[in-house]
Amino acid sequence: MSTPTVKTDRRGFFLTAIYGLWSAIGAALAIPSAIYLLWPPRAKRKNEWVEAADVGELHTRAPAEIVFRRNRVDGWKVTSEKANAWVVKTSGGQVVAFAPQCTHLGCAYHWDEDRHNFICPCHNSAFSLDGAVLSGPAPRPLDRYEVKLDGKKVIIGPLRGRV
Amino acid sequence: MTVQRIVDWIEHRTGLESALRSFLYEEIPASSGWRHVLGSVALFSFLVQAFTGILLAFNYAPTPGDAYNSVRYIMTELTAGKLMRGLHYWGASMMVVVVVLHMVQVFVWGTYKKPREATWMAGCVLLVITLGFGLTGYLLPWDQRAYWGTVVVTQIAGSVPFLGPYFSRLLGSDGEIGVVTFARFFGLHVLILPPLMTAVIGLHVYLVRKHGVMPEPGEVERKKFFPEQAYRDTVAIFIAFIILFVAAVAVRVPLERLADPTDTAYIPRPEWYFLFLFQALKLFEGPLELLGSLVLPNLAIVLLFLVPFLDRSKAVRVSRRFAAMGVVLLAFAGWGALTVTAALTTPKSTEIAVDTTGPETWQELSPEELAGIGYFRAENCASCHPPGKAGVGPDLTKAAIRHNAAWMIEHFKRPQQLVPGSSMPSIQLSNSQLNSLAAFLLKLNPKNSEALQSAPRFAVDGAMVYQRFRCSACHQVNGVGMRVGPVLNGLVSRRDRAWVVENFANPQKTSPSSIMPPYNFSATDLEAITTYLLNLPAPAS
Repeated sequence: MSTPTVKTDRRGFFLTAIYGLWSAIGAALAIPSAIYLLWPPRAKRKNEWVEAADVGELHTRAPAEIVFRRNRVDGWKVTSEKANAWVVKTSGGQVVAFAPQCTHLGCAYHWDEDRHNFICPCHNSAFSLDGAVLSGPAPRPLDRYEVKLDGKKVIIGPLRGRV
Repeated sequence: MTVQRIVDWIEHRTGLESALRSFLYEEIPASSGWRHVLGSVALFSFLVQAFTGILLAFNYAPTPGDAYNSVRYIMTELTAGKLMRGLHYWGASMMVVVVVLHMVQVFVWGTYKKPREATWMAGCVLLVITLGFGLTGYLLPWDQRAYWGTVVVTQIAGSVPFLGPYFSRLLGSDGEIGVVTFARFFGLHVLILPPLMTAVIGLHVYLVRKHGVMPEPGEVERKKFFPEQAYRDTVAIFIAFIILFVAAVAVRVPLERLADPTDTAYIPRPEWYFLFLFQALKLFEGPLELLGSLVLPNLAIVLLFLVPFLDRSKAVRVSRRFAAMGVVLLAFAGWGALTVTAALTTPKSTEIAVDTTGPETWQELSPEELAGIGYFRAENCASCHPPGKAGVGPDLTKAAIRHNAAWMIEHFKRPQQLVPGSSMPSIQLSNSQLNSLAAFLLKLNPKNSEALQSAPRFAVDGAMVYQRFRCSACHQVNGVGMRVGPVLNGLVSRRDRAWVVENFANPQKTSPSSIMPPYNFSATDLEAITTYLLNLPAPAS
């Protein structure tokens, strides 16, 4: 009776080794692959601050669409591209810069002089001068860029909350 | 219960289970053992290459310039990216090693004999495809070693009598290596070779199964492949995988500078498994060169193909195959001698020692060089060339030892002309500003880069104003410029700020004999140049 047991033991050992080692190889390939594909890239280069406008050109409570150049990190490339923002000088002398996309689905909105609102042409979202949603489907107020004032220069940074 | 029902359902519809069963329970000679594992390890190596290759392709841009940047991106920005490239890079070497060992085993045991000749020949095709993978993959990172290694390969292909020009055109290297060569190599590497390899592996495995594993002479006893032999294959594959994984984690995978066709200092070397061919080539000169570069390597491959027909002796035990062992030993000795000679005669480093005699701080720079820092900052050069580090572009602290000012200025204006594939935008500055930028870069070295980057804004701005108004046409700073007017070093010990400001507006009022014209600087310019001049170091004694 002992021979079959030895044979079974041997067979069991082979099977365990085969499944065990292949699982180890599979895991050693699958785990790094998942990390490689799913982990976000290390953001080594942060969005830079760029000089975008002159405070002297802004009128209080009258939004101005300003265009500036900024570098954008796109995978392995840094592209220098045109960017724009709606800039508002508040009565308190503060400067606010809104990202130019509607927070609903990313359409470009514009300033409606008559209604004194920002209006999105896609689904009629309306935003007040301070970016708050007045009507329409927009889920949150307008996104803002970080802004610094250096003397008379308006310096625009990354989107708020995305540094 | 349910699992068994699912298995049964699948078996009934596809016959998958019985196919797998007949595959695993194939009968093999009872003497089969560890020496038969190498074929499986070779197949596994190919699968790892295919897998890691696909993952790399997900983050790789197959055009010059972008290729380099994306490989760098994989290695520096992506988590586990270095590991993926390491597995693919060292996996290539491992595959060559395993394939050669597999062939040596078959050769020494003489298992290519009738009726297994076709199996051997299919194996030879697989060896050639494996080497083809190595040759085409070598170019894809588009760094210095890739570029220069491929220059040599395409030149050899182009030197084939009569057909050479056609080979050149086919490889896209007619004239020069560029985007077309790159696309052809990439296409071969990922579109042609993998399916070809898969097909020939299929044929090879089919033939192995058809003829069965060769038994020892006179052996009749049989056993099943599964589980004992499958266990041996698994253990061998596992050991190979551990070695590969450790190499990928622990050994640095080279990524040199972006390919630079104008660099005359670079010493190209092929991958280690081609080094012996490279060295053998040195033994042939003049008209004999074709012998070394083409005739002998191709003859060797043809001979390898014909092995089953050259050796038609009766199968004998391995312990009596002295001639086969002799051939293998001789081949290894020759290969080893050539490879070692090539390795020993390769100069240690191609990088020329960096000149450290340059200035330590901004104060020792000429105004032109200092203004260059200003243009360097204004043009945002550091976003791609962080000094002292490699970024998207090369580390510029080492630029001066490779290029002169004329090269740099030409490169600033038309980056792609001198460095094909470069993703650098052209710099829109005047000639004198470009001169300034080049002058600064020539001074930049790893030792002073920190100090120079921290040059204060007033100094840089001041120097830019100094350059813009061509002050050096009459004045000297740090030994640079004319001496029509006074040397400006040490101005702070002679004059105060008010005097300097006044002197700009009305030179003849502060020094009646002066021939200096008045300068109406803007407020910012006046502030910058005055502060700069008053911070100049005392004249060298």
